[in-house]
Amino acid sequence: MSSPDPAFSTDLAALAARLRLFLPPHCLLLGEEDLRPYECDGLTAYRELPLAVCLPETEAQVIDILRTCHSLGVPVVARGAGTGLSGGAMPHAQGVVLSLARFNKILRVDRAARLAVVQPGVRNLAVSEAAAPYGLYYAPDPSSQIACTLGGNVAENSGGVHCLKYGLTVHNVLRIRVVSIEGEAFEIGSEAPDAAGYDLLALLIGSEGMLGVVTEVTVKLVPKPELAQVVMASFADVAKAGDAVAAIIAAGIIPAGLEMMDKAATAAVEPFVKAGYDMNAEAILLCESDGTPEEVAEEIARVTEVLNAAGANEIRVSQSEAERLRFWAGRKAAFPAVGRITPDYYCMDGTIPRKRLAEMLSSIAAMETKYGLRCANVFHAGDGNLHPLIMYDASQPGDWERAEAFGAEILELSVALGGSITGEHGVGIEKINQMCVQYATPEIEAFHRVKAAFDETGLLNPGKAVPSLHRCAEYGRMHVHHGDVKFPELERF
Amino acid sequence: MQLDTIVSAVKAACESRTPLRIRGAGSKDFYGGLLAGEVLDVSGHCGIVAYEPTELYITAKGGTPLAEVEATLAEKGQMLAFEPPHFAGATVGGCVAAGLSGPRRQQAGAVRDFVLGVKLVDGTGQMLSFGGQVMKNVAGYDVSRLIAGSLGTLGVIAEVTLKVLPRPVAETTLVFACDATEAIRRLNDWGGQPLPISASFWHDGQLWLRLSGARAAVEAATSKLGGNSTVNPEKHWNSIREQTHPAFAASPLWRLALPSTAPCPELDGLRAIEWGGALRWYAGEVDGDHQAVRVAAASLGGHAVLYRAPESLRCLDGAFAELPPALLALHRRLKKAFDPQGILNPGRLYAEF
Ligand SMILES: Cc1cc2nc3c(=O)[nH]c(=O)nc-3n(C[C@H](O)[C@H](O)[C@H](O)COP(=O)(O)OP(=O)(O)OC[C@H]3O[C@@H](n4cnc5c(N)ncnc54)[C@H](O)[C@@H]3O)c2cc1C
Ligand SMILES: Cc1cc2nc3c(=O)[nH]c(=O)nc-3n(C[C@H](O)[C@H](O)[C@H](O)COP(=O)(O)OP(=O)(O)OC[C@H]3O[C@@H](n4cnc5c(N)ncnc54)[C@H](O)[C@@H]3O)c2cc1C
Repeated sequence: MSSPDPAFSTDLAALAARLRLFLPPHCLLLGEEDLRPYECDGLTAYRELPLAVCLPETEAQVIDILRTCHSLGVPVVARGAGTGLSGGAMPHAQGVVLSLARFNKILRVDRAARLAVVQPGVRNLAVSEAAAPYGLYYAPDPSSQIACTLGGNVAENSGGVHCLKYGLTVHNVLRIRVVSIEGEAFEIGSEAPDAAGYDLLALLIGSEGMLGVVTEVTVKLVPKPELAQVVMASFADVAKAGDAVAAIIAAGIIPAGLEMMDKAATAAVEPFVKAGYDMNAEAILLCESDGTPEEVAEEIARVTEVLNAAGANEIRVSQSEAERLRFWAGRKAAFPAVGRITPDYYCMDGTIPRKRLAEMLSSIAAMETKYGLRCANVFHAGDGNLHPLIMYDASQPGDWERAEAFGAEILELSVALGGSITGEHGVGIEKINQMCVQYATPEIEAFHRVKAAFDETGLLNPGKAVPSLHRCAEYGRMHVHHGDVKFPELERF
Repeated sequence: MQLDTIVSAVKAACESRTPLRIRGAGSKDFYGGLLAGEVLDVSGHCGIVAYEPTELYITAKGGTPLAEVEATLAEKGQMLAFEPPHFAGATVGGCVAAGLSGPRRQQAGAVRDFVLGVKLVDGTGQMLSFGGQVMKNVAGYDVSRLIAGSLGTLGVIAEVTLKVLPRPVAETTLVFACDATEAIRRLNDWGGQPLPISASFWHDGQLWLRLSGARAAVEAATSKLGGNSTVNPEKHWNSIREQTHPAFAASPLWRLALPSTAPCPELDGLRAIEWGGALRWYAGEVDGDHQAVRVAAASLGGHAVLYRAPESLRCLDGAFAELPPALLALHRRLKKAFDPQGILNPGRLYAEF
């Protein structure tokens, strides 16, 4: 898929010989049929076979793998569950995939201190399951939580439905253990509320496997709310639904979740989950409240009032836990539901200021005509994070190229509207060109300097997340931001 | 003050390798390593750039007084949830650079949790813009949050965007009589329950607990927890936020960040406990063995800051806990990445850079 990277040429035989010195046979995959399952992550449009896959079982092995690759100049791509949606875990053709799949132990759940220490290959949901007996849970809940790993969550700074109120991964991780490309292990953060020196934790979280390999994570656990209830409202007009979102926030309410689906998404999911969604609505809003029963009753009453005033057609409040889960089922199953009505879909991930929602949706409607492809919209409305699902058929010549161009236009519009090319899925390989749209040369150079501070020889996940200036120049989007030059008041130098 | 004045000052300093001491209102001169270099006063670069209550953010220039930011937010019933002190002149740039949070930190998060974007003048006089004004943005490395608490060593904060939150509908404060050990036990026990606790403070046998949230939730928690209501909760929490409470009247004053469940270290002079047990304040003897404080904090899994102390003492081994070699090396390289000549606030964070 990607063009060959002239920067690296690996002598596989020499590499394999070195790896065999400390990796038992079951921890090293070399045959093509064994490598095949690793050729892509959740973004299946981009594929590449690695030279080898290492499945270490101990941190000492991780250290030895990294030392070996460092001394031989071999690229390394860390991998969790491979559910990433931006091609972040796509292998390097001259490199090794370092899978953390066997680091799947929950090392400690501390009830009194409300934290858990886990290995990076532990699944997100498993942490909440382990904490449940203590009335605690881990708040960030990506829709992929049954599969995705904490290591991947840290690398992508993943979010979920609850992050409007409870924050992203960066707000919920206390400490990580990291191994550098040179094979040096160190710890960042602590169980205390802050750590001495720079906030390297913030820098590492969301760094897409470019700065170090995470081998242990300490996460914050929070008390499980006594009750959660969801209000479902339908709107005849998308703009009205967008305004309703703003009105809820303006009323001083930060719901536990605030999600929207447009008509195309509802049409895809209703036959699949039978949640009782209003099929005539142009937009459906789901607003969750959690807390003590008293708190929830008070908040639900206020939300209902705001939604009525905002012109909702129909408002329903879940009356039982089963009904609450049913209301959510459609939103949670939106991806697979869309997957049933189209051979392929391309999931985008841009953020915009909430007030630009209606504008964005009408532009997407125009793009559907322009590219001749349908698009369903589901999004984290509360924080302006959109997930347009562009439907295409990979077997039709030209379809993927049009889907890709469609997606790029959405991302570039997100930046133009004051948002970002990614809210939670990361840049990976997918949005590398759009980085040139969001950032100008000085910032991209600064990112490269940050990278070099951790990984001087650039062996960790090369080609991902931060584009080369050369690439930006080729993409032709250098310096152009919001349609004009950044900091026009400053002289150019 | 125009931004280009700051830019040209930094450029000139970079060329002549003149150390600069970035100054907001100077309300933090007591904090961190020794002050060195020519003063670069940035307080004139001020003003609120954008405020969107329904988007939950405010953007202000670095020199904007915090009081102005907070007053603007209050008009719309919103707040900076990390509750930084906003007395006499403190600026938003200094607030982010210092990275200190107030009483609500335990519930709401620290300064860094609310930084959405920054515009920086780096150590070569180059303008850099990271993050933005939206809640979720994972494009590129999160340099904005790295800046929080960096004490002006990575760049001059020209502009910052902070996430804001609605003020809670209801608030009440309860008081309990107990010793420090019991306070820590109770705070951790309550912390594991779904209670709307937004601040805690222990001093001299009394534990104050603030509850915030929906009226019904605060009332339900109040009847569950018992305790007495104090006379003037607002005045009380303000005295903690601004450190005018007698508990902070000590020099030197040590700030220990510890795991919330850590027992009380074997140290004399415990003055106060905040943040659900995780922040402990100690008064120390001027000529006492201050390594003992550092060792005690480290052995409990935390660290100690020599928070307020005479210069002579801060000189001795710095204000902040020593970094392990691997981290110190990373710090040096990051410092170089943003300030290759090492001219910005040298020695303010660590003597080494
Ligand atoms: C159906 C579906 C729904 C999704 N919903 C959401 C959602 O709601 N919110 C959201 O944020 N994301 C969502 N995602 C995206 C994805 O699940 C997340 O990005 C997740 O965090 C990836 O975790 P992973 O373990 O699969 O990582 P991988 O895909 O294996 O890797 C992702 C990146 O992390 C790096 N990495 C992995 N482990 C480590 C490690 N130990 N150390 C260093 N780097 C490492 C990799 O190199 C790669 O760059 C969804 C994906 C799918 C398929
Ligand atoms: C609970 C609490 C209590 C406090 N109590 C007191 C107290 O009693 N007395 C007191 O004096 N202070 C106190 N402070 C600290 C201080 O008032 C605040 O942190 C304040 O926000 C600092 O702002 P300033 O503008 O005065 O910063 P300054 O003191 O001017 O600067 C602080 C640091 O930030 C850097 N800096 C300033 N502006 C910028 C910029 N634009 N870009 C980059 N770096 C910059 C400076 O170089 C310096 O390193 C307290 C803080 C807390 C959290």
